[in-house]
Amino acid sequence: MAIKGVFPAALDDPYANEATQPFWDAALRGVLTVSRCRTCGNCLLPPAPVCFQCQGEAFEWVELPGTGTIYSFTVVRHPLRPDLADVVPYVSGVIELDGTQGAGCRMIANIIECDPDSVRIGDKVRVVFDRVSDTYAVPRFTPL
Amino acid sequence: MSIKDRTAIVGVGATPYYNRGQSLPQTPLQMACTAIRAALDDAGLSVKDLDGFAIFASACDPAQVAATLGVPEVRFAASLTSGGGGSAGSIGLASAAIVAGMAEVVVTLMTLQQATRRLGGSAVGGQSLYGVGGRAGPYGAGGVAPEAAFSASSGLISPGHSFSQLASRHMHLYGTKREHFAHIAITQRNNAMRRPSALKRSPLTMEDYFNARMISDPLCLFDYTLESDGAVAAVVTSAERARDLRQPPVYVMASAHGGLGRWGPAIFSYFQQPDDYFASSGHRPVAKRLYEMAGVGPADVDVALLYDHFSPMVLMQLEDYGFCPIGEGGPFVAEGNIAWPDGKIPVNTHGGHLSEAYIIGMTHVREAVEQLRGVAVNQVAGAEIALVTGGPASLPVSGTLLRR
Ligand SMILES: [Zn+2]
Repeated sequence: MAIKGVFPAALDDPYANEATQPFWDAALRGVLTVSRCRTCGNCLLPPAPVCFQCQGEAFEWVELPGTGTIYSFTVVRHPLRPDLADVVPYVSGVIELDGTQGAGCRMIANIIECDPDSVRIGDKVRVVFDRVSDTYAVPRFTPL
Repeated sequence: MSIKDRTAIVGVGATPYYNRGQSLPQTPLQMACTAIRAALDDAGLSVKDLDGFAIFASACDPAQVAATLGVPEVRFAASLTSGGGGSAGSIGLASAAIVAGMAEVVVTLMTLQQATRRLGGSAVGGQSLYGVGGRAGPYGAGGVAPEAAFSASSGLISPGHSFSQLASRHMHLYGTKREHFAHIAITQRNNAMRRPSALKRSPLTMEDYFNARMISDPLCLFDYTLESDGAVAAVVTSAERARDLRQPPVYVMASAHGGLGRWGPAIFSYFQQPDDYFASSGHRPVAKRLYEMAGVGPADVDVALLYDHFSPMVLMQLEDYGFCPIGEGGPFVAEGNIAWPDGKIPVNTHGGHLSEAYIIGMTHVREAVEQLRGVAVNQVAGAEIALVTGGPASLPVSGTLLRR
């Protein structure tokens, strides 16, 4: 069922491994988490085996407030696939997450429940999780 | 030891350019062979002289091409990693092989046929995999990697959607406007209109631009590359050998590829590049090394063939290669500085990917050679030094400086 502005989930499972599973477990509880370097505090999304800032290899998952700022975005108006004809226009962008350092921990996501013609860089948003299966909840963002 | 001035492009060859899918019933292998033979012939060489392949973006399998053509012995077969960012840099790869004595006559090429698969992520009879593969990219990838779920459902499902992020951010930071992107598209169309090989030869006005359908804001139809088929090859050999061949040598002054580590695969996955070069082409470190190796600066460049899959990326390369200050690309193009023949630095005199054809950067190499031989359709008078670039894309992006 197509909903205007809501890009349909491309997967029905996060295909997680040990490193990414905690993010998706938290997502199912409606909580946004990131992998944080225990040595220097650098936050990483997606999680990585090495901290690019200090070369540390020890990480912990920390909860974030789930709010953030639109760093950049596009309004997709041309449907690349037939099933997107009823979805466009939709907004997708790069989000900087509150409680992180920014670069290295940005998310790219569909921004929903917004007016595509008035979205601006710098707008505040908060995460919403769309549960599409028993294992996968898609993070999207909506204006605060 | 540097490659500076020690090699030359001695031959270029190409098939005709076709709209997407129209090169059938030829095969990509057939087109590769056609372009390579034409390039060798242009140089006054033959298949018997060819002994190396320096490619990028998985252009072809040298094993298959060498066997098909009957190359006597292959002594070098290597590729730059990643995609279109390597087009200009593959000339440097060929030069490195020659200067190192590993091979003597090295070909660089692209052969492209988009009949069953479109690079832009649009599905042809099936679901596009863009953004789903762990190493998401315009050339696709297999399987679902654990990292894929962090991008797959974002709605960014084609390169255009990704490059729109850089364009939007540039507009936000510097006040760049759609009119500026229009100037690039129109300038290049004006060049293509005079060029028989170009796929788009009808006039393009500012009004046409603003009436075109938006694809992914801020990009409209005319900000996007064409989708084309065809093959282009360039043959590189040592400067000494080049002097005895059929065409005037086009010397490789310098070539560089790479990028800052944290640029990484930025554009095609998670956009984690640092603030100070997010709204850039990723070319700044490559430009610096390129100019240092060549011993010249942007003011010495007579014509610039800048990889133009999306018009804003031309603008950002003008900044990153020092033709104008960072953030001033918009006004720079609006003032006519990139127009042929009178602009300060004529850009994409062949029409580029936007209006001539998209053969993943190799048409730019061909045009640079024609300019420096003095036989280009839109000849820059007295052109002595040409800049050719590959990418913006995932690392490596690349640049090559050529001289006559
Ligand atoms: Zn660290």
